[in-house]
Amino acid sequence: MSEFLQQLLNGLSLGAIYALIALGYTMVYGVLRFINFAHSDVFMVGAFIGYYMGKLVPEGTLWGGLAVLGVAMIGCALLGMTIERLAYRRLRSAPTLNVLITAIGVSLLLEYTGQVFFGAAPRNFPAIFPVRNFQIGGVIIGSNQLIVIAVSVVLMIVLQLIVYRTRIGTAMRAVSLNPKAAVLMGVNNDVVISFTFGLGSALAAAGGILYALNYPSIDPLMGVMPGLKAFVAAILGGIGNIPGAALGGLILGTVETFVSGSQWSTYKDAIAFAILIIILLFRPAGLLGRFTVEKV
Amino acid sequence: MIKALRSLFLPALMAAVFTGARAQDTVKIGEFASLTGKEAAFGQSSHKGTLLAVEELNATGGILGRQVELITEDNQSKQGESATIVKKLISRDKIIALLGEVASGRSLEAAPIAQNYKIPMISPSSTNPRVTEMGSYIFRVCFIDPFQGTAMAKFAKDSLHLKKVALLTSVSSPYSVGLAKYFKETFAAIGGEITIEQKYSEGDKDFKAQLTAIKAAGVDGIFVPGYYTEAALISKQARELELNFPIFGGDGWEAPQLIEIGGKAMEGTYYSTHYSPENSSPAVQNFVKKFRARFAGETPDAMAALGYDSAMVLADAIKRAGTTDGPKLRAALAATRNYDGVTGRTTIDPHRNATKAAVVITVKDGQFKFVESIAP
Repeated sequence: MSEFLQQLLNGLSLGAIYALIALGYTMVYGVLRFINFAHSDVFMVGAFIGYYMGKLVPEGTLWGGLAVLGVAMIGCALLGMTIERLAYRRLRSAPTLNVLITAIGVSLLLEYTGQVFFGAAPRNFPAIFPVRNFQIGGVIIGSNQLIVIAVSVVLMIVLQLIVYRTRIGTAMRAVSLNPKAAVLMGVNNDVVISFTFGLGSALAAAGGILYALNYPSIDPLMGVMPGLKAFVAAILGGIGNIPGAALGGLILGTVETFVSGSQWSTYKDAIAFAILIIILLFRPAGLLGRFTVEKV
Repeated sequence: MIKALRSLFLPALMAAVFTGARAQDTVKIGEFASLTGKEAAFGQSSHKGTLLAVEELNATGGILGRQVELITEDNQSKQGESATIVKKLISRDKIIALLGEVASGRSLEAAPIAQNYKIPMISPSSTNPRVTEMGSYIFRVCFIDPFQGTAMAKFAKDSLHLKKVALLTSVSSPYSVGLAKYFKETFAAIGGEITIEQKYSEGDKDFKAQLTAIKAAGVDGIFVPGYYTEAALISKQARELELNFPIFGGDGWEAPQLIEIGGKAMEGTYYSTHYSPENSSPAVQNFVKKFRARFAGETPDAMAALGYDSAMVLADAIKRAGTTDGPKLRAALAATRNYDGVTGRTTIDPHRNATKAAVVITVKDGQFKFVESIAP
């Protein structure tokens, strides 16, 4: 029993990170109908900003950790908005495929520029938050796991409030529903799309820092696998759907952890992706997504 | 991408422009190493050792009256990259012998190419037996995994007094799979029990799931035959789950990054390797002194010592052969007997492997400490 609970906790803290990255994919898709493949590399940049900032604050303090988290989120929000402004905005009326290829290009650009600036060798991420272990009935809860879950939950609530309770959130939903009609109603699409990229990238930065806290070896290609998993999580939950992305991330993280802990650990990715295929066979729009027929 | 393109087009271009230029004025030795990427610490150490050896050779007049030119290429610790750069070294740079790699997987990639072109290849520290089985031109100057696995099994049983051990193997690394196999066979044969076997893949960062399962199985030690990045993360996560028993592995752990990444979690971990800088023999102390003088006070690790020995064994064979011609050089290498190197006395056996003693190292107060030596 305690093994089951321990694995569940391990899975949830991994899944929470996937969920944070998945939210960025799903928000951009919701507004622009394209997959921003550079998102996983913004995640990597977030971790590296955290690495350099972590050297400026004292190790193992709560305020220091939160300051690093804040700076990384702001830095990546600016990066995300810059990418959108320079690479994607001019292509907005072009076919989706062109934007998709551009996104892959931006992704490779970030990865290999990262290798030039940061070097390809893995670096050791500093312990920016205080580290302590708690034991409850045979289950060991690390403070990093608690921080991951707490930060993710807080950020998801904030995101939900922004999307449903603010003017900019209403505008985001309007653009997502029908960009042309939104313009006619006086919404400035450029501002809304820029804001969406900023918000999604800030979440990716938070994901990057939390990931690096738990697995403290970071390198410029660190975003590739978690990015792919988060992308799958976004589809699993129903792409374009915010609670869906969170749910997809948690499911994927938990399944992966349980498979890793069993004797079939080598097949963990195969099993996780097989589950994706099965869910999509029965629910083509994902768990929480709504299936809409394309109007011609 | 750019690198791949460059390696495709440049050799052809260069060959067209520079054919026949500068014939045999230096002895060209090729080296392929993981200078960047995941196992960069290995590549860097090994390269520094080799470089020191080449500089020493040149300072004393070179080989056969010619200066030695070391041409080094980086494979970025990536699969597939070694084959490309080794082809480039052989066809464009016209090397007469090849040195490399630390990781067995990447040596296995290069070996068939070297064999095909009849270019003798010496791996400084690939321990998987299959490496030299690739062909008659492939040699190594270190011990092999059957010995290392056996040595660690005996060490676990006799010195650490472990009875039930868990295995955590990297399935995507031939080195890890091989070492795990030999450890398991010996440990079971001398009365130990492998209670649980868990697996991971290169590049994984989350091991909590496997470690939780290991914890539930109730063992008193974990054997992790992997490389240092994963070994450090595994030890760290194991300590977070309050698994406070010995964690131990092979020479893949040997890198300063092990302690940098693992920190306090590395206390009470052990690994087997090829040499210890604490060894008081004059050969070792002399090497440590020269290495520190050349590389800003850095203490050479086993990879550096083997990198040095690999170049010196090659130089010795070229001198005995009196030529750099492939087949004759191969025969001279195969005839290497009792060559006194930094990592001990090297004799190449009929399978082109070296037979040497292993050294067990532990981490204590953030420092690597010599524990014991295990004879072959």
